[in-house]
Amino acid sequence: MALLEVAGLTKSFRGLKAVAGASFTVEAGAIVGLIGPNGAGKTTCFNLIAGAIRPDAGTVTLDGRPITGFSADRACRAGIGRTFQVVKPFVQLSVLDNVTVGALRATRDVATAQRAARQVLELLHLDHKAGQLAGTLTLPERKRLEVARALATGPKLLLLDEVMAGLRPTEIDEMVAVFRTLNRETGLTILLVEHVMRAVMALAGKIIVLHHGRIIAEGGPDQVVRDPAVLECYLGGAPA
Amino acid sequence: MNSLVSALPGRRRAGLILALGLLLAAPWVAGPYLLSVLVLALYYAYVGQAWNVMMGFAGQLSLGHALYVGLGAYVSATLYLHAGLGPWAGVPIAAAVSAAAGAVIGFLAFRFGIGGVYFALLTIAFAEFTRIGFEHVDWLGGAGGLFLPVVERGHLDIVDLRGGPRLFYYVLLALTVAALWLCHRLRTSRIGYYWLAIREDPEAAQALGIDLFRYRVLAAAISAAMASVAGSVAAFYYNSLTPADSFGSAKSIEIILGPLVGGLGTLIGPILGAFVLTGLGEALRALLDVTGHQVPGATQLFYGLVLLLVIKYLPGGIWPGLARHLGLGNRVG
Repeated sequence: MALLEVAGLTKSFRGLKAVAGASFTVEAGAIVGLIGPNGAGKTTCFNLIAGAIRPDAGTVTLDGRPITGFSADRACRAGIGRTFQVVKPFVQLSVLDNVTVGALRATRDVATAQRAARQVLELLHLDHKAGQLAGTLTLPERKRLEVARALATGPKLLLLDEVMAGLRPTEIDEMVAVFRTLNRETGLTILLVEHVMRAVMALAGKIIVLHHGRIIAEGGPDQVVRDPAVLECYLGGAPA
Repeated sequence: MNSLVSALPGRRRAGLILALGLLLAAPWVAGPYLLSVLVLALYYAYVGQAWNVMMGFAGQLSLGHALYVGLGAYVSATLYLHAGLGPWAGVPIAAAVSAAAGAVIGFLAFRFGIGGVYFALLTIAFAEFTRIGFEHVDWLGGAGGLFLPVVERGHLDIVDLRGGPRLFYYVLLALTVAALWLCHRLRTSRIGYYWLAIREDPEAAQALGIDLFRYRVLAAAISAAMASVAGSVAAFYYNSLTPADSFGSAKSIEIILGPLVGGLGTLIGPILGAFVLTGLGEALRALLDVTGHQVPGATQLFYGLVLLLVIKYLPGGIWPGLARHLGLGNRVG
């Protein structure tokens, strides 16, 4: 059964159709990549699913429950965890406190939440920074903090918005390993928007390509990167 | 209180106990003048702590907090004068009225997405409406205000909160300690984490499942209820209250100076800031008196100067730097 079902999702900004009738599904336990050129509507798509903005038309269903037009906090409580493309750390709080806020989704008890937060920090190799203010972190660390905070909410579906951007190749490989482990061991479903093809190819079992708000290709990674339409609008170059 | 004290590292615990000991002993050492200054400092420490819940924790700038203090004063004084209800019964009722006012203003603002500067303007507007409204209600004394019967010197009646400065000193000290404890409890529980997250970045907070509206309204109501109690106590201390003094914008500004100077969002900052400002303000007044100068508004100018200096050189307030200096850790609190 599909964990996430998006049907006919549409959103215009002053006449510009950012997302125009996008329909796709994400199977439970899958890792799906959402790619496309700048301005294709990927982040808008994310924001529509995560409740940051309301769609003009279309539906979003999570685990059989309609969540269309939910506010962001309700979407989170329904099981969607998200990161922001431009990271939003709570800079004056410690790294541990940042993640504890996320972990308090599942429990009222702060001590329990802190324990859960420490586990998530360990997973993302941030445990040695737990006591530091989030404002002192480097960008790659902030990206990992963003993921840690979203993970701590215990989502069914994790939406990752360009968490690899700005990372060095070794850091990308580390991040890829983290998501692989999570996906394998906890069955976490992941939908990622990503320009770093190295990460998309390594992670995604299925890739969806958006262009001008429409889905122009969908399928396995090997199939999608050979698709002439995708090559023309996004990846560039002739098929090998 | 126990959990607050035991949760602290040794030096902080020692510091807190020492400060509390000094404050408990102070009225037996201080003369009448110094005692009145200490009463004022404790009043601002307490009311600053209340404002700090809303601004320092939840990040909602209220520039009309005099409204809640004034409502507390008026409701408890009116109940006492017109219904014969003593302050122990009147204070909770007054606090409930202020909390309701805070919740209604919060509801209006946050439901319609009014934030930042516009929210601050709205809080000023409500305080001003109330001031002007109260000036036209004869039953509440109109612009001339309400007067409580003044008690004889040496009279002590804890049930009706009638007595000298020493009584009010201890009442305010108890309130300040209780507010410190309450804020510590709030700050270290889920609601506190949520407030700080909202203060830091509302959009990120919401994406972590936090209902922004609910937690902002809660902050407004709790902060207003706390502020209300200060108003009630001040009404019984001064025995007189007028709409201009109770709800005026000067009052609202005085409330927020302590936390700003002491350290916004910290637990000790509002207390420290209130003592520093009140102390310096009184010292200046004394100095001007001695040198034979009469400068109306000198303390206000002076507060402005202190605020400028703090913003320029200690943007986080006095407490965070001082705490680090004293080896009390650099964490919030």
